[in-house]
Amino acid sequence: MLKKKDLLLNKIRNFTINFGPQHPAAHGVLRLVLELQGEVVKYADPHIGLLHRGTEKLIEHKTYLQALPYFDRLDYVSMMAQEHTFSVAIERLLNLAIPRRAQIIRVIFLEITRILNHLLAVGCHAMDVGAMTPFLWSFEEREKLMEFYERVSGARMHAAYIRPGGISLDIPRNLLDDIHYFINTFGVRLNEIEEMLTTNRIWKERLVQIGVISYKQAIDWGFSGVMLRGSGIPWDLRKNTPYEIYNELQFNIPIGKQGDCFDRYKLRIEEMRESLNIIYQAIELLEEGPIKSHPKLTNPARIESKISMEGVIQHFKYFTENIKVPVGETYVGTEAPKGEFGVYILSNDTEIPYRCKIKAPGFGHLQALNDMVVGHLIADVVTIIGTQDIVFGEIDR
Amino acid sequence: MNKESIVLFRATLPVLLFQRFVNETALIVLARNLIATLKILKKSMLFQFNLLTAISGVDYYNSDYRFNVTYELLSLKYNLRIRVKIFLQPLESVNSIVMLFKNANWWEREVWDLFGIFFNNHPDLRRILLDYGFEGHPMRKDYPVYGYTEIFYDISDKRIRVIPIELAQEYRAFSFDTPW
Repeated sequence: MLKKKDLLLNKIRNFTINFGPQHPAAHGVLRLVLELQGEVVKYADPHIGLLHRGTEKLIEHKTYLQALPYFDRLDYVSMMAQEHTFSVAIERLLNLAIPRRAQIIRVIFLEITRILNHLLAVGCHAMDVGAMTPFLWSFEEREKLMEFYERVSGARMHAAYIRPGGISLDIPRNLLDDIHYFINTFGVRLNEIEEMLTTNRIWKERLVQIGVISYKQAIDWGFSGVMLRGSGIPWDLRKNTPYEIYNELQFNIPIGKQGDCFDRYKLRIEEMRESLNIIYQAIELLEEGPIKSHPKLTNPARIESKISMEGVIQHFKYFTENIKVPVGETYVGTEAPKGEFGVYILSNDTEIPYRCKIKAPGFGHLQALNDMVVGHLIADVVTIIGTQDIVFGEIDR
Repeated sequence: MNKESIVLFRATLPVLLFQRFVNETALIVLARNLIATLKILKKSMLFQFNLLTAISGVDYYNSDYRFNVTYELLSLKYNLRIRVKIFLQPLESVNSIVMLFKNANWWEREVWDLFGIFFNNHPDLRRILLDYGFEGHPMRKDYPVYGYTEIFYDISDKRIRVIPIELAQEYRAFSFDTPW
């Protein structure tokens, strides 16, 4: 009898479970193979690619303009940030300067996108950890922001608003008044969310000292954005390699100290406050002017195609064969809400990109998941996935 | 990147060719010099390119050196970016740089998955983005955009089936060599 018991003890192995791909806390379609010893995670192996749509391959068969909407659908909670990166890359290949009004409108909407993304990140993170209310509040605010999207582009999410050479349409009347009203009231909403979370004992117990990433680890894993700043590295592409009008704006880069989940949560809240500040300044700077650059590289205004033959021709040519981009290559990285979103384009003097590599920030963050979760309890895996702000559209591409 | 640093690159690195694109610098090195180059770029006090941003593959399918692997490096200290490129023949493999940059792991897996470029000494070279039993490397230029197989759930068999693709209409690639 005793012998049999010994035999059984010898057979105890680590427990391997599948987390996802249908788990609500997996933020989409993450399949995690977790090796557990009791409740402690020994090894985590993320399996990705369940949302792979072959975006890069499809882009190689589309014109530059047709490829643009794919970028909305990569990280489907920070849409305009990505189409902006793609547009900037094409503009750099074409050596194109953008009118000032378009730049300012871009900045306003980039920061709206940042708030949009961070609200989801914080809200869903809180819900994964167990707090329902901030999630509902943040989604109410997101709805207002998506209304701004809708008013400029006609689409709530997949806007295709920022185009190579400018923006697709000018902003409608009264929009700035409403954005101004929003940024005046949003600070209070943010305070409410913070009241629920920042000093909340349960929230702190779940987040403080969880998923700690040191200064060196953050660099080794090639992190960017909030994940990098949470570990105390003051790195923000809006400051370090300014694009659009960011060098004229006054804003701070909040950085973390501990590199744990709580620091990153605080950073996201602070970044939203900074974004409000940026939008406020950008609205003040906004002036009248054109919204598109070179007329041969953008679509003509609607009135042009009604009154002039050249307008009709340009309209037809732009939407069928689109623009020829001269031979060149460029890597453009911009500060998307999740981190550095990069586009590497090889052009070959046709209207179709020869190669378009998409560098998604989440891809780099998720591969550090094993490092971050080992030694934590299984419940903390959810916290860490939440703090990485994973969205599978961009990771799987 | 200024003149002095380019002189410095030439003096310290086994660079085959320099490329400049507006304000971006690319170095082309021989595949066998890749690790040495990246090590100098990472460890040298003068460069400190200690963050690997991305690795991407490119397929130049008409060329003798068919594949190109591009490494994007970032120096947080000097706020600089550099691109290191290597060119490979169709059946040539390249040394993995996971020992140097931890996060090269998944990027190399992705290049292997999509282009079929083999990385020597990679700790875990599995498919990453594509399905578990997938055959072929779809980012190669000779791989059709619609693929070779289609996948669906067979309700009578109660299982997923993979069958050769059948297109009702041939895929049309529009060429825009217009007369005007």
